[in-house]
Amino acid sequence: MNTPSLSRAFGLLLWRDLTLAFRRRTELFNPLLFFVLVTSLFPLGIGAEPALLRAVGPGIIWVAALLAALLSLDSVFRSDFEDGSLEQFLISAQPLSILVLAKVVAHWLITGLPLLIVAPLLGLLLDLPTASIVTLMLTLALGTPVLSLIGAIGVALTVGLRRGGVILSLLVLPLYVPVLIFAANAVESAGAGLSIAAHLSLLSALLALAVSLSPLAAAAALKISLS
Amino acid sequence: MWHFFHQLGSPKHFYRIAGRWIPWLAVACVVSMLYGLYQGLLVAPTDYQQGDSYRIMFIHVPAAWMSLFIYVVMAGAGAIGLIWHMKLAEVVAISSAPIGASFTFLALITGSIWGKPMWGTWWVWDARLTSELILLFLYLGVMALYGAVEDKRTAARATAILALVGVVNIPIIHYSVEWWNTLHQGPTVTKFDTPSIDLRMLIPLLVMAVAFKLFYVVVLLMRARVEVLERERNTQWVRELVGSP
Repeated sequence: MNTPSLSRAFGLLLWRDLTLAFRRRTELFNPLLFFVLVTSLFPLGIGAEPALLRAVGPGIIWVAALLAALLSLDSVFRSDFEDGSLEQFLISAQPLSILVLAKVVAHWLITGLPLLIVAPLLGLLLDLPTASIVTLMLTLALGTPVLSLIGAIGVALTVGLRRGGVILSLLVLPLYVPVLIFAANAVESAGAGLSIAAHLSLLSALLALAVSLSPLAAAAALKISLS
Repeated sequence: MWHFFHQLGSPKHFYRIAGRWIPWLAVACVVSMLYGLYQGLLVAPTDYQQGDSYRIMFIHVPAAWMSLFIYVVMAGAGAIGLIWHMKLAEVVAISSAPIGASFTFLALITGSIWGKPMWGTWWVWDARLTSELILLFLYLGVMALYGAVEDKRTAARATAILALVGVVNIPIIHYSVEWWNTLHQGPTVTKFDTPSIDLRMLIPLLVMAVAFKLFYVVVLLMRARVEVLERERNTQWVRELVGSP
């Protein structure tokens, strides 16, 4: 039996994960619902003054996005771990880090991209100006892949544990701090009419770093978790 | 020379050699700490601006240095354990985590006590404080992961990866927090308004730094010995040592 080429293996795995996700359509909307729900809780908690909401809105939306990403992380490797496909990836002829990257890309398309689409709505709810909403979408587009990539390391480390969920948040949330800072600040600066080029450059740098390094770390972690 | 290092790598010899070193290092630690505290608390001049309350610096600053130093040691030992499968490096890495977390906690607490009379508040979202707090979370994450994985060799390797990921992230976190702080235009409080530090303050500070390092080594060796015993509990030499059949 001849092994498929690397790009074909990547594409096949991506397609398989997307297909699996669309077969369970109800689960698809859960992180999205969570995102909207958490964001809409804040005005109820802190009061609905438009000026106040406009000031804290970027932070709220980004923290909610962080939590939604965290909540959905467990599904990256969980089902593959339970039915044994993960071990097949491990012994396959393809490098594990590329397969991990395919899984993370699929995960981001399923859970990260919907956040991007629903974010303008939340921006309107929190009375953000148009410039902020556009920046919000830009930062989400650059930032949520980083969340998925870093999160994959955490999931790979905890996938063998019976109660990995709480520990996962302990491991991953401190590492999310830079993304949160740059992204929320960019939205805030855009609202104040300042330049956001520096923020976006830094977010892109984080993304480049995460894309190149975290699949390697996640693959190493998976090998340890499954040993 | 090489023979000595090879011996140190084997758990049995490490246990013996570490046991012999601990008393000497402990004495050196106590002596330097007493000297440093005496010099720092009684001999060093009073600060012209902060009065006597600056003297908490002799605990706070070395503790903050140690918190970073131990994290780097932990990640380095973890990397050695991952690459060369050295059992002892894994033991050193995992034994360092609680000590590092304690130093980080100490630095935060003393910083907070120092901040109350100086800044008028227990906590400021200052760049250094915030990154120190995140460092504490990183330590706690490492310890939580080690505690959660049942097989201790797997646990040590998993925490080594986490520590390495953390080491890549610490500079990023630090600079992002610093930048966030400057953007927010928070209360800009500098710790030392004087451009350089008086020599009579600097020497006790360095002595205390040495004392803290020695303390770390002593506690590390003690913890590592216990860890070695626990891991090797089914081997011949541990049975002979404990005297059980």
